[in-house]
Amino acid sequence: MASKTPSFRDEISRLEEIVHSLESDDLDLDQALHLFEEGVSRLKTARKLLSDSELTVKRVLEEADGTLNTDDVSL
Amino acid sequence: MGGGLDLFSAAAVDSGEGAWSVSDVTKRARRIIEAGMTRVWVKGEVSGFKAYRSGHWYFSLRDAEAQVRCVMWRTDNRRLPGQPDEGTQVFVEARPTVWEERGEFRLTVKQLVPTEAGGLWQLRLEQAKAALARDGLLDVSRKRPLPDYPQRIAVVTSLDGAALRDIVSVISRRWPAVELLVIAVRVQGDGAEQELCGGLELVNRIPDLDLVIVGRGGGSREDLWTFNSERVARAVAAVNVPTISAVGHETDVALTDLVADLRAPTPSAAAEAAVPSGAEIEGSLNNVARRLARGLTTHAQLGRERLARTSDRLSAVVLAQLEQRQALLERLSGQLEALSPLKVLQRGYSVARDESGNVLKQIADFAEGSEFRLTVSDGDIEATVRETGKTGDRDAGSRRR
Repeated sequence: MASKTPSFRDEISRLEEIVHSLESDDLDLDQALHLFEEGVSRLKTARKLLSDSELTVKRVLEEADGTLNTDDVSL
Repeated sequence: MGGGLDLFSAAAVDSGEGAWSVSDVTKRARRIIEAGMTRVWVKGEVSGFKAYRSGHWYFSLRDAEAQVRCVMWRTDNRRLPGQPDEGTQVFVEARPTVWEERGEFRLTVKQLVPTEAGGLWQLRLEQAKAALARDGLLDVSRKRPLPDYPQRIAVVTSLDGAALRDIVSVISRRWPAVELLVIAVRVQGDGAEQELCGGLELVNRIPDLDLVIVGRGGGSREDLWTFNSERVARAVAAVNVPTISAVGHETDVALTDLVADLRAPTPSAAAEAAVPSGAEIEGSLNNVARRLARGLTTHAQLGRERLARTSDRLSAVVLAQLEQRQALLERLSGQLEALSPLKVLQRGYSVARDESGNVLKQIADFAEGSEFRLTVSDGDIEATVRETGKTGDRDAGSRRR
């Protein structure tokens, strides 16, 4: 089965890091500005991920040789 | 003397010849009983209960017609939450034996379970629970926190049950950034236990899985029973990512609930617990945005303050230098004033000049009879040279050069 793509969680955890460094004060203004810009762009990505995402539902099937496969499910 | 039948054939002998000793007969009785009834479950009412200082329990079990003496050793009874009350209906798992010393038939009790509320179902459940507790699978310390933003969630349930539909509908409403993987299993009837265990083993092979929901919708006690199976509970405990168990309605509590990291009262509640809501996320994103802005503002403010401090220091330096120069200037001008001829004149000195204004400094400048002007502190005097004369050897010497 395919591995996950970069995710909302990655964005959120990087955002947390950014906010944390911004809230500690051993940064110069230039660094702060850079972090702020990265934060804004990641915020935008996260919002987009959220608004564009759609739930996928799949059924897991085990093949005869033990490998796992997925199949679409109609509910 | 050998097998059990000997006892009965011996009893058939008429005379006292070859009579058995008491020890023989009790020993033989014990062998027969222990061989014939190795392990039984007995239901009865507790009577004459006595716990000895040694920790062993002695009591009788009785019903309307009969009673039997029981002993439960400390090593077996210490797992129980407490002593049974007098008159309690209980199930005991016991080995029948004969206590030779007294020739007494009795049960050596290994397990004791109250029968109230549920009889055999309860008994089985209590046994399974006790077994899980012994292995530490019910410890609160085992509970893992659920992930904040799960992306891949496995659901082990029946494909056509209400549970799956409820879960899908709740998740797609709250947090659609999810891949839901269904492991379809039978959840009741023959083979359900086997399939549930198989499904739970399978989830451990799914890569990047964040969370597992196992459960089913409501049903009769018998329908829900698979989720009280010790095997299924152990399979839930063996899942290597956080688990939510959701079985039946609000009031149903299954064994899998006790083992899972979270017990949800219904499958819908499991879905709600599994994912954050869009509104919550919107809130936390807004919060992040605010903190970003505040962070930047704080740094800008800090920068300004730093700048202000720097310029303060700069002007302080300039000011100090200005002051130094001012002081120097004043000192110099003081010195200058001290050197001013007027000051000298005031101290009683005077200056002699010829008619062209040249200062006359030595005798040689004064020709006899010549006129000159003498300036004192408050005016000039016209004067004529009558006679000149030197004041001393040293001065004369230098002047002569």
